[in-house]
Amino acid sequence: MSQGFIDFWQTIYRNKKAFSGMIILAIFIFMAIFGPMMASLDMTVNFDGRYKSPSFAHWLGTDYGGRDTFLQLVYGSRDVLSIGLFAALFTLVLGFVIGAVSGFVGGKTDTVLMFITNLFLTVPSFPVLMIVAALVQIKNPVMFSFILAAWSWAPLARAIRSQLLSLKNREFIIACRIMGLKTPYILFREILPNLTPYLAINFIMAAQGAIVASVGLMMLGLAPYSPTNWGMMIQLAVQNTGGIFNPKGYIYLISPIMCLGLFQMACIFFSNGLEEALNPRLRS
Amino acid sequence: MSLKGVLKRIGVSLITVFLAMLLTFFLLRMTPGSAIDTWARDFATQRGMSLEEAYRQITAMINYNPKEPIFTQLGRYLGGLLHGNLGMSMIYQNVSVNEIIANALPWTLFVLSVSLVISFLIGINLGAMMAFKRKTVLDPIISIYAILTSSVPNFIVGILLLVIFAFQFGWFPVNGAYDPIVEPGFNLPFILNVLYHGALPILTYVITTIGTWALTMKGSAVNVLGEDYIVAASIRGVSERTLMSRYVKRNAMLPLITTLAVNFGFMLGGSPLIENVFSYPGMGYYIGQATQQRDYTLMQGLLLVTSIAVILANLASDLIYAKLDPRVKLEEG
Repeated sequence: MSQGFIDFWQTIYRNKKAFSGMIILAIFIFMAIFGPMMASLDMTVNFDGRYKSPSFAHWLGTDYGGRDTFLQLVYGSRDVLSIGLFAALFTLVLGFVIGAVSGFVGGKTDTVLMFITNLFLTVPSFPVLMIVAALVQIKNPVMFSFILAAWSWAPLARAIRSQLLSLKNREFIIACRIMGLKTPYILFREILPNLTPYLAINFIMAAQGAIVASVGLMMLGLAPYSPTNWGMMIQLAVQNTGGIFNPKGYIYLISPIMCLGLFQMACIFFSNGLEEALNPRLRS
Repeated sequence: MSLKGVLKRIGVSLITVFLAMLLTFFLLRMTPGSAIDTWARDFATQRGMSLEEAYRQITAMINYNPKEPIFTQLGRYLGGLLHGNLGMSMIYQNVSVNEIIANALPWTLFVLSVSLVISFLIGINLGAMMAFKRKTVLDPIISIYAILTSSVPNFIVGILLLVIFAFQFGWFPVNGAYDPIVEPGFNLPFILNVLYHGALPILTYVITTIGTWALTMKGSAVNVLGEDYIVAASIRGVSERTLMSRYVKRNAMLPLITTLAVNFGFMLGGSPLIENVFSYPGMGYYIGQATQQRDYTLMQGLLLVTSIAVILANLASDLIYAKLDPRVKLEEG
């Protein structure tokens, strides 16, 4: 292991925020990957077992249909996390390519690309997402992520462009150009590694944003493909089961909310910590 | 600020508005043809007319005919927009999209502007205090508060407030903008009733935005505190109170004014979630209804008006900032 890597882990470890955020994220990732393998979720309706309070058999009780709430959370985490993962990946690719090309090539390309970016920045994205979700039937997390990413790359592209403007006049890039290396090579082999820390932080923020947006869309009933997604659980709790009218349904309503809040907080903590760990100027 | 810069900004905004129109046009074109066919069939049986006649009337009503060539469609759509005609709603019978927007827009503007003003005023004062008294407990408390409120999405805060204050305690109404028993108009019972119904949505926005305002203000105020003129003023013997209100707060507020308009646009975009939680009949509530019930004309009308509002808010923020801070030149950036 290289010295830089060890330093990096030490900084994360020393930073209380980053470390706690990382632990929580790791638990969620573990839950999403291995949880569904360890226990199977039975979604058949069982009216006798409705609204059970927490017990050893049902850790968080049962929902309006007698299904185990905790297991639904575990199964839902897989869906929620894969939306976050894919959406962040798509956002990063779109944002990096558009921002980097715009900043590196400059001239007319820059003007056109930045005009498009500004357009995406000014048109309110959530209403557009709602309408796209109404027009296109969302059937799986990958497709969902792509739609989410299509409306969230713009701020990143702008930030990457301004980074590129300062990077492109640095000596090593000028050397590459003099050697006659092709633009894609310079962008991906020389510039990308220099922006890795920045992209890593944005990856987490993009995942976090995408998850909020996806939960919002699900809560409005616009992407009803998975009943265990946390957003869908909130929607079912609010609209179908009387989670808000019936105090017995409170645990079913609160559990996905708590999970979502914890996950979001972990993302914020971890990305703040990463920023401090990767940006030596912020270390105090 | 130069006239050329202002005109350029306005020009860019106009082009963006035009592109937003194109975008809504293409969204409308994605309407499945079957939706119009079904509607025409229902219309024909209801009014007892032939299917062709019903189809003709409906395409006139929504100003869109999928059977025409695309440029005719575009011309027809843009022509309609120039006359301020957004077509008829598909689910609310005999109501035009214009009427729905005219009824919904004031509610959204009311809730957004009241909550923005409240959270801005509280936020900047908290932020200035945080910057001034850095060794007190205020700073960590507000920092934690800001992290908590930014990790829980605002619509979830809305649901929790609804469950606690409207269902559990019954202190606030569950839906609507006012009770049908009060007479709309400029009278005290109506105003009180509107405030009563708007209280929870406003509280939701305020709770979720105060933390960010306070932190941004703190950052800005800390920068201002390091300026020479502040040191000079305190050496001159200007009292701490005056220093805070007249010197620091005013200057630290400047960059936040720009964020004010941007935030307005951001909140407008997020309003569908809050307004649907509280069933508050604003723009966002109707976007939610239109998308859930596949009312394509209403969707595109609402999206267009929301986009124009956001574009105008951004334009306003640029112009106001340039006016407030003479150091900013509009040509840049």
